[in-house]
Amino acid sequence: MFSFDLLLDAVVSGVLLGCFYAAVSLGLSLSFGLLDVPNVAHPAFLVMASYGVFFLNESYGVDPLLAGLLITPLLFVFGLVAYRLYYQTFEKRGSDAGVRGIAFFFGIAFIIEVLLILQFGVDQRSVTASYIGKAWRIGDMRIPFRLLVAFAVAAALTILLTLYLSRTFMGRAIRAVAQDQEALRLMGADPIRIKQWAFGISTAVLGIAGALLIIVAPVNPTLDRSYIGRTFCVVVMAGLGSMSGTLVAAIILGVAEAIVLTMFGASWAPAISFAMLLGVLAVRPQGLFGRRS
Amino acid sequence: MMSPETEAPLLRISTLTKRFGGFTALDTVSVDIRPGERFGLIGPNGSGKTTLINCISGAFRTEAGTVIFRDEDITRLPPHIRTRRGIARSFQIPRPFKSMTVAENLMVALDFAVVTDEVVSSAQRRDTMMSILTRMGLASKAYVSTAKLSQVELRKMELARAMATHPKLLISDEAMAGLSSSEVDEVLDLLMSLAGQDITIIMIEHIMQAVMRFSDRVMCLEAGKIIAIGKPAEVMANQRVQEAYLGT
Amino acid sequence: MNRGGTQFWIGAILFLVATFAMTQIIGNQYPFFACYVILQFIVLAVAWNILGGYAGYVNFGTSAFFGVGVYTAVFLFKAAGAPLAVQIAAAAVVGALMGFALGLLTLRMQGIFFSIATIALTIVIETSITNWRYVGGAAGIQMQQPVAMEPFNSYVQMLFFIQALLVVLAVATSRYIQNSWIGRGLQALKDDELAAECTGVPTLRLKLLACVISGALMCAAGAPAAMYLQYADPSSAFNLNYSVSVLAMSLIGGTAHWAGPVIGAILLGTTQQLLTVTISSEVNVLVLGVMLVLFVVGAPEGIIGLIGKARRNRNEGEG
Repeated sequence: MFSFDLLLDAVVSGVLLGCFYAAVSLGLSLSFGLLDVPNVAHPAFLVMASYGVFFLNESYGVDPLLAGLLITPLLFVFGLVAYRLYYQTFEKRGSDAGVRGIAFFFGIAFIIEVLLILQFGVDQRSVTASYIGKAWRIGDMRIPFRLLVAFAVAAALTILLTLYLSRTFMGRAIRAVAQDQEALRLMGADPIRIKQWAFGISTAVLGIAGALLIIVAPVNPTLDRSYIGRTFCVVVMAGLGSMSGTLVAAIILGVAEAIVLTMFGASWAPAISFAMLLGVLAVRPQGLFGRRS
Repeated sequence: MMSPETEAPLLRISTLTKRFGGFTALDTVSVDIRPGERFGLIGPNGSGKTTLINCISGAFRTEAGTVIFRDEDITRLPPHIRTRRGIARSFQIPRPFKSMTVAENLMVALDFAVVTDEVVSSAQRRDTMMSILTRMGLASKAYVSTAKLSQVELRKMELARAMATHPKLLISDEAMAGLSSSEVDEVLDLLMSLAGQDITIIMIEHIMQAVMRFSDRVMCLEAGKIIAIGKPAEVMANQRVQEAYLGT
Repeated sequence: MNRGGTQFWIGAILFLVATFAMTQIIGNQYPFFACYVILQFIVLAVAWNILGGYAGYVNFGTSAFFGVGVYTAVFLFKAAGAPLAVQIAAAAVVGALMGFALGLLTLRMQGIFFSIATIALTIVIETSITNWRYVGGAAGIQMQQPVAMEPFNSYVQMLFFIQALLVVLAVATSRYIQNSWIGRGLQALKDDELAAECTGVPTLRLKLLACVISGALMCAAGAPAAMYLQYADPSSAFNLNYSVSVLAMSLIGGTAHWAGPVIGAILLGTTQQLLTVTISSEVNVLVLGVMLVLFVVGAPEGIIGLIGKARRNRNEGEG
């Protein structure tokens, strides 16, 4: 039953899978981790982006990754509008934003699900590209190219976003707004515009993430539900708002899922991310490396 | 004026230490507070005043040291038990129950904080509530939502709610911040009138005239340590206190 | 207050008499199938509101409690052929224990972290049930309805009346809590937890109490569902749609008053029943999403809040 080869296999595919999880969680790490927006619709936005990629690939034969880049500006604008709406209805009114905000985003997620069903049907959808379906063999181990692509792109995305947050003026402003909104206001910057910009980026990165999602496996309109646990698990474990932490946490989750999958079977897989999330929350109610005391 | 040294303290804080991560907010603070005393607590921003209050009222767990209140070790007790034992407080930024009226805010205190074996009728409790509000000059606002109160009314409401818990020790955390000078006098007079043999008051304040006028004794904190304690004039004259305040 | 109490109980008795009369007069089974679901949603929404509305802890785990109620009944029926009353009572006990455990585990978490933890709990329990072969696993399990007890003609009519009894129990409990010191304490801690503690409110204990009561009622409401459908499977019993529907019902009706969730459940439950029959279940979910967003944005206090506002405006207009 148990063998070292199987374990090694699980760890390798877990690491690759983990990098992919990081890619789909980065945006949430910005919006929930840094901005405190309880965006449970993040996975729904992700699936929506995947369908955008699917549409371009199916209708015009555009490469999925290129398609992801093409829809990025649209998603950015979508994020700007979504945050403006959220800000007007919740943050501006003050209290209770978290509670009603989460209900609000659940409503949005349901609406997106149904619109996708009405437009594309409930069937699984996938994309075609030269690197999908092939695999790389090392000895007995077989690593699918699609996972390697996801791995490489996810790593690049994480590095880029980390650099953006630490090296550019806007990136540093975003991190500052998360820590002390008042100080930023005193310096003459408008925290709301910075937050709006940051939220735009959190949805913009979903272009590439959505492409990876549909490259890694076929998607269906209700796939977002199983990603609520994964993305929130990663972001909370990571320590809210840390990009490198997101990568590490996602790899931990990926490896854990792969090992459980190998040893106990697929039927236990959905619970892994949520069980880890529960564990983390029970030990540290504010997240594993939460920035608030 | 002062109680004799032999009298047991109402509150005894011994080597209290509180850390936030690597930052030591309170460093082995020890002080006794006598029954009936009017005790002023001063210090620059971030010196640990509010942290000390939070440790006394139970909002924070402490790393080391003990808090003894009326001969009972309360260091490990949750805040609501301490409130029932007789410790009440106001908050630096007012924290009313904002979905309730002023009267309902006080009723929470009467429902939960006051432990008696006797059956208290609702009419009796209403009388208690109204008499506290009258004393605070808030009687006309009893059935007004706390969301509609002015800053000074909010401050008074918090003191009234604290008084409704029937405290032995009342802690006022900058109850005068942000008020006009006539309002400062109003609240100060109120606090003076509450103090007495039955109620001991700890007052945190930045307004020095208020502290000087109010306190029997003043303690100055800096960076989590006591740098001076004694009669108001003595503390004000202290070299280190002046340095701490002038920032030299 | 006292007159209100009498009126409430007269209303409750009239409601029970009316539902009982329905079972004796109406021969067609369909109305009972449809109304059962609405009654079930009233119990769930009222129960949810005790923790979510009064205490402000937004529980997304309604489907966890509901599903555990369903599977408690399934297990007892399969293992011992237990009668319905035992199934429901056992589900209530399990729900209370589960609420207590959930409370201990999660009530130190603030706001959204609590909500996320309840979603997590739902999936973890669902996955465990999926892997439990005895109660059918992922494929689900068929249930054979026994013969209905006198004086009911059919089992569905009986389930309908029992759910009506649960409605009265849930509403009476919720109303009692709202008007008692428990309700005042919950309202205080919802407004400001630290201020409540420092005013003498035992916040953790009150939250645990709310969790236990809410959990027991939700599980009890779920227990008859397996017999109602004559079938149970994990992905429908633990469906996230239950959680979001129930939350939406409370928010739409208004969370500050016990009547809010009742109004919301009747309104949304009826709409959903009509839509499922006339159009499709997808549109049903769409309507749920749109209503949720509209109310959260446009009427944060729900219908009860709108009524209150209208009444105040009228009074001010007159005065």
